[in-house]
Amino acid sequence: MEPGDRKALAQLRVLQPVSSQSGKAGCGSKSGNGKSGCGSAAGQGDLAPEIWEKVENHPCYSEQAHHHYARMHVAVAPACNIQCNYCNRKYDCSNESRPGVVSERLTPQQAAKKALAVASAIPQMTVLGIAGPGDPLANPEKTFGTFELVAQAAPDIKLCLSTNGLMLPEYVDRIQSLKIDHVTITINMIDPRVGAEIYPWIFFNHKRYTGVEAARILSERQLLGLEMLTARGILCKVNSVMIPGVNDHHLAAVNKAVKQRGAFLHNIMPLISAPEHGTVFGLRGQRGPTAQELKALQDGCEGEMNMMRHCRQCRADAVGLLGEDRSAEFTTEKIQEMDVTYDREQRLAYHERVDLQRSAAEAARKAELETLAGEHSRISILIAVATKGGGRINEHFGHATEFQVYEVGVGGVKFVGHRRVDHYCEGGYAAEDSLETVVRAINDCVAVFVARIGGCPREGLKAAGIEPVDRFGLEYIEQSAIVYYREYLTRVRSGEIKHIERGDADIRQGALIA
Amino acid sequence: MAYKIKDTTCIACGACVCECPNHAISSQDFASVIDPAKCTECVGFFAEPQCVSVCPIPGTCIINQDLPRYAAV
Repeated sequence: MEPGDRKALAQLRVLQPVSSQSGKAGCGSKSGNGKSGCGSAAGQGDLAPEIWEKVENHPCYSEQAHHHYARMHVAVAPACNIQCNYCNRKYDCSNESRPGVVSERLTPQQAAKKALAVASAIPQMTVLGIAGPGDPLANPEKTFGTFELVAQAAPDIKLCLSTNGLMLPEYVDRIQSLKIDHVTITINMIDPRVGAEIYPWIFFNHKRYTGVEAARILSERQLLGLEMLTARGILCKVNSVMIPGVNDHHLAAVNKAVKQRGAFLHNIMPLISAPEHGTVFGLRGQRGPTAQELKALQDGCEGEMNMMRHCRQCRADAVGLLGEDRSAEFTTEKIQEMDVTYDREQRLAYHERVDLQRSAAEAARKAELETLAGEHSRISILIAVATKGGGRINEHFGHATEFQVYEVGVGGVKFVGHRRVDHYCEGGYAAEDSLETVVRAINDCVAVFVARIGGCPREGLKAAGIEPVDRFGLEYIEQSAIVYYREYLTRVRSGEIKHIERGDADIRQGALIA
Repeated sequence: MAYKIKDTTCIACGACVCECPNHAISSQDFASVIDPAKCTECVGFFAEPQCVSVCPIPGTCIINQDLPRYAAV
């Protein structure tokens, strides 16, 4: 982004959302280099202004931004230089939504045209990422070639890439010169013995390495690359795949190591290992974590640094808001026929409207939070929310493909994750087992906020001990959650309801058909 | 005298294309293809054939049994 563009964008920010999660561990944490803060939480928090400026409209780096802004991935990088036991490069299906999977591969020219077409059609699109389906830095000419074309045509689009880190030290200078200011590195271990369970081999310096030696080289290169990037002021997020029995207990050490080296955000994701994906882990029967196992690990690391909890583990060619995929609207064939005019003014006007909406939601949350001042209670509850974005409760229960989960206590409200579910309404009639799927996915929540809900699922949810709530339809999520929590405390104290700890919940595996 | 790529298992990721020291491999739509006239099995360049070492699908880059080994020529 040119300095002039930065200034123009800065001037558009009439109202800056200013807030922080009150009383939450992690937000006040002091990091050695001052990079840590509350980036994944509600708003600016204690982030340095220059970091906030970089993340505030980035859906993958800011939890708040992901309600309003969209990303797109272009699949220009098919080659990879390592093998991971959770990845199967053979699988390629349009009905499958997970990292490493795409429907078609693009040349840099096709990718740049696609980026402009999407940015013009979807003004929410602020970020262009290259994440594969292989590794971007194993395809350096295609990756950087794409970035160069897009930076020329649309300098306001943020560029980011996601890598396994093996070749990162070689390309740090090129990343910096292209003003790619967001890099994600997938780091699953810092102990090569753990790594040997995850990576069967790497290809490095014209040689295939296996076992502990492969993992040792990979780990050294990842951490070196991370240090080099943060020393240059490039924002780094670290992704880790949580693999129960392999690296689940080790990830706290990974968290410390990456924080020490200046990573700004840590995204611990659940292993995806359905046997039908054909991955080594899937075929071996390696299970993924439950929702509460994942949350416990994320909570445990939160005192150390910011945790990202809104990752949707999307495809390497996903388009749209996180949780939605509009890539089918932008196939190469359709884009070749499109007459693309890049309307920057229209995009800026949209972003200005979003800024105002975000400020209003934030003000409402803060005002509501003040009503909890002086409250003392150890009760905290989880609430599932059906939303289409914009920070509001605006989705019908039966149309939700995922629920966002918020945790509320006297300290405030925070987003703690999302749960994918099947459409409850499939083919116009509701199926019993679909409701069971939803109940399993949000079983740890006391209530589900929806814009509307039919009579049948309403009774089913009640029977499962989850209160369906539609009276906050179209209201702000966080403000409504605080109102509900305050009333919940009153109801518990009056004896109207009894607070009981909810059980665990499933993390859904398998295809999200978008 | 050359390796060949099984087009039934190749995913056309192109990893081998960049690594081949002889520029013997080209990317086709659904599979990468080795030009047997250019392949030297990496003899004289590297200790191991690069296409075999970088390929993510086991058993895809294989010796072309119809041709004599390069080293033996």
